[in-house]
Amino acid sequence: MRRLWIGLTYAVFLILLIAPLSKIITSAFSGGLAGLGRALGRPEAMHALMMTGAIVVIVTLLNTLFGIMMALYLVRATWLGGKIKSLLNSIVDLPYAVSPVIGGLMIVLLLGPDSIIGGFLEGTGFRVVYAFPGMIIATLFVTFPLMVREVMPVLQEIGNDQEQAASTLGAYSWLTFRKVTWPMIRWAVVYGMVLTIARSLGEFGAVLVVSGNIMNRTQTATTLVYQDVENFNVAAASGVALVLAVFSAGLLLIMEWIKKRKEVH
Amino acid sequence: MHIQVRNLDKHFGSFHAVKDVSFDIEKGHLIGLLGPSGGGKTSILRMLAGLESPDSGEIAFHGQVVNDIPPQERGIGFVFQNYALFKHMTVFDNIAFGLKVKKAPKSKIKERVMELVELTGLKGFEKRYPHQLSGGQRQRVAFARALAPEPQLLLLDEPFAAIDAKIRQELRSWLRELIERVGITSIFVTHDQDEAIEVADEIMIINQGRVEQKGTPWDIYKEPKTPFVATFIGESTMVEEASVLKGFDGAGSRGQARALIRPEYIELGHEQDFPILSATEEGIVRHLHFRGSEWLVEVEVKGRKLVTYRSLEKDTLQPGQEIRVLIHRAYLFNEEDSWIEENRLKVDPMPVMI
Repeated sequence: MRRLWIGLTYAVFLILLIAPLSKIITSAFSGGLAGLGRALGRPEAMHALMMTGAIVVIVTLLNTLFGIMMALYLVRATWLGGKIKSLLNSIVDLPYAVSPVIGGLMIVLLLGPDSIIGGFLEGTGFRVVYAFPGMIIATLFVTFPLMVREVMPVLQEIGNDQEQAASTLGAYSWLTFRKVTWPMIRWAVVYGMVLTIARSLGEFGAVLVVSGNIMNRTQTATTLVYQDVENFNVAAASGVALVLAVFSAGLLLIMEWIKKRKEVH
Repeated sequence: MHIQVRNLDKHFGSFHAVKDVSFDIEKGHLIGLLGPSGGGKTSILRMLAGLESPDSGEIAFHGQVVNDIPPQERGIGFVFQNYALFKHMTVFDNIAFGLKVKKAPKSKIKERVMELVELTGLKGFEKRYPHQLSGGQRQRVAFARALAPEPQLLLLDEPFAAIDAKIRQELRSWLRELIERVGITSIFVTHDQDEAIEVADEIMIINQGRVEQKGTPWDIYKEPKTPFVATFIGESTMVEEASVLKGFDGAGSRGQARALIRPEYIELGHEQDFPILSATEEGIVRHLHFRGSEWLVEVEVKGRKLVTYRSLEKDTLQPGQEIRVLIHRAYLFNEEDSWIEENRLKVDPMPVMI
């Protein structure tokens, strides 16, 4: 009986994780190395990967900055009432609960060409939806809780004693943050960044709705994979998917390493 | 630094933590804020540091009101209850922090830190991290860190609370000596009366957000101004009707009074031990407890239990034994007033001149 359970667990693991991964690899190399090169060398593939890279970099930077600030204000701010704090705290988790597609739809409704704000921006020549800014906003929406949720527990655990000690020793808030708070939260921040990168690398739903998936304009790696599959170009889709998978695997390894560092600290 | 506090008031939500507190502290004094937990001691200390702002009232250092001055500019050193050492910094960097903030030259920082390391007996530990130190060593680091920028006022929040009883004793006398040597005005908070009595020049008893009494440990012990102080400092037993005791029958003249009697106010002995036997009560020994260096004796007088100590040098008493009890004095109080009264019969009414 016990053997049966062990066997079943391994079977599930194999079917769910290993089999698809090996299928992607074999399928990507179905045309040989040259085939993979051709799939990735297509102009739309190059553009899509560049697009994804740009989104990852910008979103990670913005999310790190605002995520740390949000966590600091939610934990430390004395000028926020307890009720407002707990309300904000639960709203932070909204992107976890809402489907990314609906997240994307909300952005389209709010900032699309038919909306008041979107119409105004369009008038000034600045396009949000079906353009790069909208894709950044959509990815930010999806990744926002990741940094906040990593940093907040650390801030709560260390308390504000050390920060108060720094203030009695003459240090103002920026110096206190740099010398006292930052060294204690930095591994949590790096972990949050890795999670953000992984999530923005693989984001599909929200970006698909907001971008309109226009080839060579607003197409990302994931939406390109989707389109290649639609066009029965499975080998090309596998090639792009393999690039994403390799990146994600690398991130997982980094995450394991950071986890160990975090525990040491 | 001369400190003046006037009508300080502080609420936390609906909790009235500090109620109309005023006091003065002279330069160079070591003051202990003593009282039960939750009495407002730490709130007063944190307001002096600028870590909390008072609802109303004034705090003045050297005659200058500092209410609106942030903690960074107040020139104070603060030692936190859990030390709040910077975990990711070495002992050296912890102590140097305040000097680095002030952008002191490197050579001067090093000199000052080494001086403090020497002074606090931490030599050889400069490169360690806080988690590699014992509780006592951490406390010394916290102390050195607070002293490094040469503050004018040192504030200590329960400085010994997190330390083993045995090392605590050692650290207390060390701290007292060190503060004397540095000559800095210091205020520390404690709930331990032994600690306050041993370390402080002056004690402020704080209860339910008010200062009950301020004075030297001896004055407070000798002449407690309120019943709370009398019960809080030292040991005592309470007798509901003071007038039933011999020598205190006059107590009723100021209305019904209750009596607090400290162990050392009571003398036990045989009939021949007392020159004026009429001043003594008859008592029965109920219990004896060995207290290491003396006996704690529970004795029953007129159905009331009194407690006193008895030297090991005197003959050992037995439970059930009859004995004479002389109450030298009692601390009496009623709703309006409190006072100390000597046993009226103790003085020979007809002294014989020789």
